[in-house]
Amino acid sequence: MSRKIRVLVAKAGLDGHDRGAKVVAAALRDAGMEVVYTGLHQTPEMIVAAALQEDVDVIGLSLHSGAHMVLFRRVLELMRERGLGQVLLTGGGVIPEEDAVVLQAEGVGRIFGPGTNTGALAAYINTEVELRRAQGGTP
Amino acid sequence: MSMPDDAMQRHRNTIKGTPRTTASGLPVEPLYADAGDIERLGLPGQHPFLRGVHPGMYRERAWTMRQYAGFGSAAETNARFRFLLAAGQTGLSTAFDLPTQMGYDPDHPLATAEVGRVGVSIVSLDDAHALFDGIPLDRVSTSMTINATAIVLLALYTAVGRAQGVSETALTGTIQNDILKEYAARGTWRFPPRPSLRIVTDIFAAAGERLPRFNPISVSGYHMREAGCTAAQEVGFTLANGIAYVAAACEAGLEVDRFAPRISFFFNAHNDVFEEVAKFRAARRMWAVLMKERFGAKDPRSCMLRFHTQTAGSTLTARQPLTNVVRVAYQALAAVLGGTQSLHTNSWDEALTLPSEDAARLALRTQQVLECESGVTATVDPLGGAPFIEALTDALEAEAQGIIAAVDKLGGALAAIETGYVQREIQRAAFQHQRAVEAGRTRVVGVNCHEQAGDAAVPVFRIDPALAAERCETVKALRARRSQSTCDDALARLVAAAKGKERLFAPVLAAVEARATMGEICTALETVFGRHREVPVL
Repeated sequence: MSRKIRVLVAKAGLDGHDRGAKVVAAALRDAGMEVVYTGLHQTPEMIVAAALQEDVDVIGLSLHSGAHMVLFRRVLELMRERGLGQVLLTGGGVIPEEDAVVLQAEGVGRIFGPGTNTGALAAYINTEVELRRAQGGTP
Repeated sequence: MSMPDDAMQRHRNTIKGTPRTTASGLPVEPLYADAGDIERLGLPGQHPFLRGVHPGMYRERAWTMRQYAGFGSAAETNARFRFLLAAGQTGLSTAFDLPTQMGYDPDHPLATAEVGRVGVSIVSLDDAHALFDGIPLDRVSTSMTINATAIVLLALYTAVGRAQGVSETALTGTIQNDILKEYAARGTWRFPPRPSLRIVTDIFAAAGERLPRFNPISVSGYHMREAGCTAAQEVGFTLANGIAYVAAACEAGLEVDRFAPRISFFFNAHNDVFEEVAKFRAARRMWAVLMKERFGAKDPRSCMLRFHTQTAGSTLTARQPLTNVVRVAYQALAAVLGGTQSLHTNSWDEALTLPSEDAARLALRTQQVLECESGVTATVDPLGGAPFIEALTDALEAEAQGIIAAVDKLGGALAAIETGYVQREIQRAAFQHQRAVEAGRTRVVGVNCHEQAGDAAVPVFRIDPALAAERCETVKALRARRSQSTCDDALARLVAAAKGKERLFAPVLAAVEARATMGEICTALETVFGRHREVPVL
């Protein structure tokens, strides 16, 4: 049997809005995943280091500060440098659709906006991680 | 004439303003209350202020329309301020960017991605001058949403006033300065809680001595409600924080009736109209009784809970976003029926982007329609005495009292936050709400009912991408231009003051006038106070 999906829920930058991140963390835990929550004010370096250390399948970034383009890109870049290209980078917050489209084209997974159903989010993560495990052969 | 009739007559005599009628010409009295109401509920303008802090409320003067605004550079925000004032706004409310809120200069690695995004970037006295350029600080009151670095912003504001020739006694406004709720819900802290409380108290002292018309704190339930707590928790946790500030100031040797009259509050206006009205009323009555009984306040003004309200950002939907115009209007109605002193109405596009100019103007118009057309200003506390409202008010009060008792039992608000109790309670409520929405028990139009495909695209308000680099250059130029030795001396004096027991406002003011930057001042304080580290609570 494959191991439980491990998710790092991370708050990047100086943004203090953690309601969404905490609700998502609790919901994914209820959905049977192992969830690590970073707390506020993480730099991209801290997030990727935590992802490595915790050996996660997914990084979920939460951003409400408008700094999403800079911080998603930097996290993705660091993930590739540190050999985490296999890990799913997804996230949500107040992120305009036109920005989400650009980030997805660059390799970020789906971006979830306000009003997202947490069941849909869990289903997406399950599907994506299964796909990646099948391709990459990770446990 | 019976006693209540006497009281009613005396009350009516105190109310200024012109006679009012309904739209069709029926006369409207300033207050509706029978003898039983007066005995049970009291009169507006009198302890315990259930029905309002002023005898005549909006009959005499409408609430202040105060739209929260700020983005980009000081010059851009100044232009938005002038736009809002020209559109009929009656007070300013400043949004600062996250680096300013946490005391990092734009060239700090934590700051670069955030410069000017959620508010205006303010680093030095030069920026503060540009922010208030052409705005007469003796006539316009300014609210500033600033907490961890409140003392720096208050010093900057004082220095701008000084340069404009406005005396400190003429400056009016409010500084949020509510650090406890930052640890509980909002997240823009810098120093650990205990030294932060000292700064809060120092601001109380400085305001009392030098800025008698400035509110040195806005004890805020807004953000805890946004983070997911219930109406009763909003009142309970907010008043518990208020108790902690009053106690800290008393312990620091301040006299309660000297500072308490200037304490102000900030609440959320959420969706449930009658529950919100009851919440504002319950909070007023509770605070009045608390101040009198717990702190022995004698000045009636010490017991008045004056508050600002903002409509609930977390209720705005990204789906069918124009629907938010309607949500905001009902929430604003609740705030006014609850007797708010000032109000911010959110823009309909805020679940998706920073508000555009058009959306910000429509939000202001929403308040103006309430004031000018709806008739809600004609009589004080229009719902007061209604069995439903009074029952809800009592129920809210009872539940909030239970929360204050629970916080007291943990050793007060600071201890309750340090142990994560408040954070856990808020999160639990937020998660329950999410579950209720997903199960369809709580209905949200456009999200889990009355859904519709194909939302219209919302224009995205963009911050100039060159801003962060420009701001870094500005700071660099400032550092090259100023007298470094004057600046270093001022910072050294600040550090010495922080190490001892000296009050901090005067040395901070000296530092900003020596052109020390926000980041430098906070770094200096951090060498003494340390930096707060969150213990994430899940």
